Amino acid sequence: MTEHDPELLNVAPGQPHDSMVSETVAYVIGLALALVLTGVSFWVASTSALWGPGVAVGLVVLAIAQMGVHLVFFLHITSGPDNTNNVLALAFGVLIVFLVMIGTIWIMSHMNANMAPDPAMMNLQMQH
Amino acid sequence: MTSASEAPAVGLTHMGSEDTGLGHRGPESKSIVVPYGFWLFVLSDMVLFSALFATYASLVNATDGGPTTSQLFDRNLVAIETLALLVSSFVCGLAMITAKRKNMLWTQAWLVLTGLLGLVFLSIELHEFASMVAEGAPPQRSAFLSAFFTLVGCHGAHVTAGLMWLGTMMAQIWAKGFRQDIMRRLLCFSVFWHALDIIWVAIFTIVYLIGTLP
Repeated sequence: MTEHDPELLNVAPGQPHDSMVSETVAYVIGLALALVLTGVSFWVASTSALWGPGVAVGLVVLAIAQMGVHLVFFLHITSGPDNTNNVLALAFGVLIVFLVMIGTIWIMSHMNANMAPDPAMMNLQMQH
Repeated sequence: MTSASEAPAVGLTHMGSEDTGLGHRGPESKSIVVPYGFWLFVLSDMVLFSALFATYASLVNATDGGPTTSQLFDRNLVAIETLALLVSSFVCGLAMITAKRKNMLWTQAWLVLTGLLGLVFLSIELHEFASMVAEGAPPQRSAFLSAFFTLVGCHGAHVTAGLMWLGTMMAQIWAKGFRQDIMRRLLCFSVFWHALDIIWVAIFTIVYLIGTLP
């Protein structure tokens, strides 16, 4: 199997394509990493040893790391030449997901800041 | 349709196919095209979920004087749910490994375990929903709760659909054996099941953990 073997130019996502032992080892490594990241997430969320405002950002980073672990070890998305199509589709999906989420959160938080009446003002209006 | 130039593929692999996908021999074999198309569907499903996440993030503080995130969520239950779904995803991978070797007994055993762990996840989630409704936190209570039930409920609906799909896959493998078309469907199912776990990682982080920070 050389790099230019035409049979290796594309693989389907989620397809295990090695020997039985190395496939199993990949899943076990993936499970172990995912367990560690999940455990760290739950610990980070409940400890008071960390700087409070940074915890949410840290949790998001841990979640993205765990998603990467799932993609690599469970869905077998690699950087190899046989995976180009899968990675390109994934990159486009990730782009849209980030555009939708960050765009919405950004705009809606500004809408709140600009449009929600000040609570003190609201009480004043209700009294009249 | 197997062309004359295409040697019979072994198990899940596309080894033996001479198609390169580069055009000069025509399209890729079905064992590549079908899971790739399903991969595109899964990615579009993630785009759908991103809209629900954006909605939830925008409305999480719109509680209308009703119960808030930290009053409602129980981290211990979420930890069990997370563990059940993660191990289910792992066991589904083991089922794929044994299915590739056409081992009926172990494939069915791993798939049963995958389904049972999925059922554990689903029953905890339904229990959580039911107790929230009983506590006066149904979807119609506030915009936050509407967004919560839509996001987490949509994931739960996907898991339910996945469990039914898993049942039909087990029956098909049992009745028809490890035929190539059956293996393609099984591969698509495993991609779907792993993707649901990826979405759950985002849910337990954004909804449950960040929602219950002190």
